[in-house]
Amino acid sequence: MFRYILRRLLQMVLAFFGTTLIVYALMFAGQGDPIQALAGERPVTEAQRAYLTEKYHLDATGVGGFFYRYFDYVRSLLQGDLGQSLTGRQIGDILQAAWPVTVKLALIALAVAIIFGVTAGVVAGIRRASIFDNSTLVLTLLVLGIPTIVLAPLAQYFLGVKWQLFPPTAGSEPTFYALLLPGIVLGSLSLATALRLTRTSVAENLRADYVRTARSKGLVKRRIVTVHVLRNSLIPVVTFLGVELGNLMSGAIITEGVFNIPGVGFNLFRGIRTEDGPLVVGIVSVLVVVYLVSNLVVDVLYAVLDPRIRYE
Amino acid sequence: MTHSTVQPTPASATPVGGHLLELRDLHVEFRTNEGVARVINGVSYHLDAGETLAVLGESGSGKSVTAQAIMGILDTPPAVIRSGQILYQGQDLLTRSEEQRRQVRGKEIAMIFQDALSALNPVFPVGWQIGETLRQRAGMSRGDARRRAIELMDLVKIPGAAKRIGDYPHQFSGGMRQRIGIAMALALDPKVLIADEPTTALDVTVQAQIMDLLADLRRDLNMAMILITHDLGVVAGVADRIAVMYAGRIVEHADVRSLYKAPAHPYTKGLLESIPRMDVRGQELSTIKGLPPNLMRIPSGCPFHPRCPYVQQVCVDVVPHDLVLGDGRTSECHFAQEVRDDSAR
Repeated sequence: MFRYILRRLLQMVLAFFGTTLIVYALMFAGQGDPIQALAGERPVTEAQRAYLTEKYHLDATGVGGFFYRYFDYVRSLLQGDLGQSLTGRQIGDILQAAWPVTVKLALIALAVAIIFGVTAGVVAGIRRASIFDNSTLVLTLLVLGIPTIVLAPLAQYFLGVKWQLFPPTAGSEPTFYALLLPGIVLGSLSLATALRLTRTSVAENLRADYVRTARSKGLVKRRIVTVHVLRNSLIPVVTFLGVELGNLMSGAIITEGVFNIPGVGFNLFRGIRTEDGPLVVGIVSVLVVVYLVSNLVVDVLYAVLDPRIRYE
Repeated sequence: MTHSTVQPTPASATPVGGHLLELRDLHVEFRTNEGVARVINGVSYHLDAGETLAVLGESGSGKSVTAQAIMGILDTPPAVIRSGQILYQGQDLLTRSEEQRRQVRGKEIAMIFQDALSALNPVFPVGWQIGETLRQRAGMSRGDARRRAIELMDLVKIPGAAKRIGDYPHQFSGGMRQRIGIAMALALDPKVLIADEPTTALDVTVQAQIMDLLADLRRDLNMAMILITHDLGVVAGVADRIAVMYAGRIVEHADVRSLYKAPAHPYTKGLLESIPRMDVRGQELSTIKGLPPNLMRIPSGCPFHPRCPYVQQVCVDVVPHDLVLGDGRTSECHFAQEVRDDSAR
């Protein structure tokens, strides 16, 4: 197990450099004149141009120049310095302010998926082909079919503006209550997938041979379901939810955008829109690490949940 | 008619106080989207304390379904018990409540299954699974259940039981897994043990060890055993009586010795003849021609008639009933006497 984790960590180093390189290249390849992009609409004087060219090593051209700038960037990144956004703010500060909000939002979304998705999935799995099962099937297909870009504004308009059950936007320093509606919207997709997955897994395990054995032992039905069937059924569900938490943390761009939540996705979206190269690359680099770590945690968790899985 | 010498008479003598377990005219069908499969069509057999009954038949003959009906672990739906009685110590289990039937499972009648790997829960240690029965059913404490689980594992001859109690099913070999299944079934000292093809998934050498173990345990713990199998070789050394099943019916019922000596049903005769003989060189293997019937379209009359070398018009038209051939044997064949005389030659 230890060797496995070590190998995975080494793979993560490679993955980290690979992804940052690609994002770095894509972000800066598209720009015509980075200095003009930095200045926006205002004119740039020769002195400013010379200073910025020096500062960002823009005098080195071609592939060599690109790698020179990339390694310069990675060096400061490894020292914990994410650099400055084009707006002049430290990217580290921006992320420090954005993370807690995004983590809160992700946890609310995950809680929604677990409480409603897994519970309904278990019930639907036990009562296969019942009215409950069929209605959850229709509802989940509906949710899976509606993109967030449609669902989020609809929820905002009806629940936030028209019926005023929730605050329509979160704003800076959002409260738990303000994050609830966005959390539900964000979690609805995970909820639907978790429900389908749980339902299938429970239904399959209920037909397993070991359930027949448990019945022949004369156990009460409740114990067979809650101990034997659930313990097996939840293995794929927990792994899915683990990966999903990584996804949710890596920025809910649309949801945070629609509800005006100052989280990671919101900042990433602003960075892309304003062609703020350093900001985009900085955020994505951190997200890559979050994603890689959460995937490793899920793989380790999988081995803990299922004794048949052994990593060499 | 040729079978006039055979007259239908009621079943063999009943011991005082009745049989330990008795099935009377059990009918089970499976209702699926494709149609109704008549899986059990009037099965009657009985089991007395301390004896071993072998139920023999090929896949789909209904032998496992019968056992699951006794245990009350049939999935309903799709299975429907249409009629019949399952008497345990004189009481019909089918009229009892689910809670009463649950009390019987494991405590009075226990079962071991064919594939021990899938029959055990993959995510719990074996000791926990054996102990679970004791904790849940006998109200034992964790420590007591653990100690008793080790004893049971010793009883079924698992080497180093105390050390292996925390291992998971996949860490055991096939034979050891089946021993754990047996230990689990024995936890509550059942009076009847149903073994549903306990050796089918095992290597031949391991098969013999498991059969010996079952025979020893049955004798030492004074249980009655129903041994379900499709393997005639497994039956010979262990069983007292054999019930042969075909298309959801008991087609022949006899004590082991006389059945092997002279089968009285063409199906049993075919089964015995299809065992390869080691003492005859270069013989052609004998087989029963044709396939087992589709249970949604069971042939008219005797269900075996399309495959039967003795077939006459009467077999197509009339369902044969249990014909008693003296010494307690029965055969569901219009020509039982002839078949037996042929076999005895």
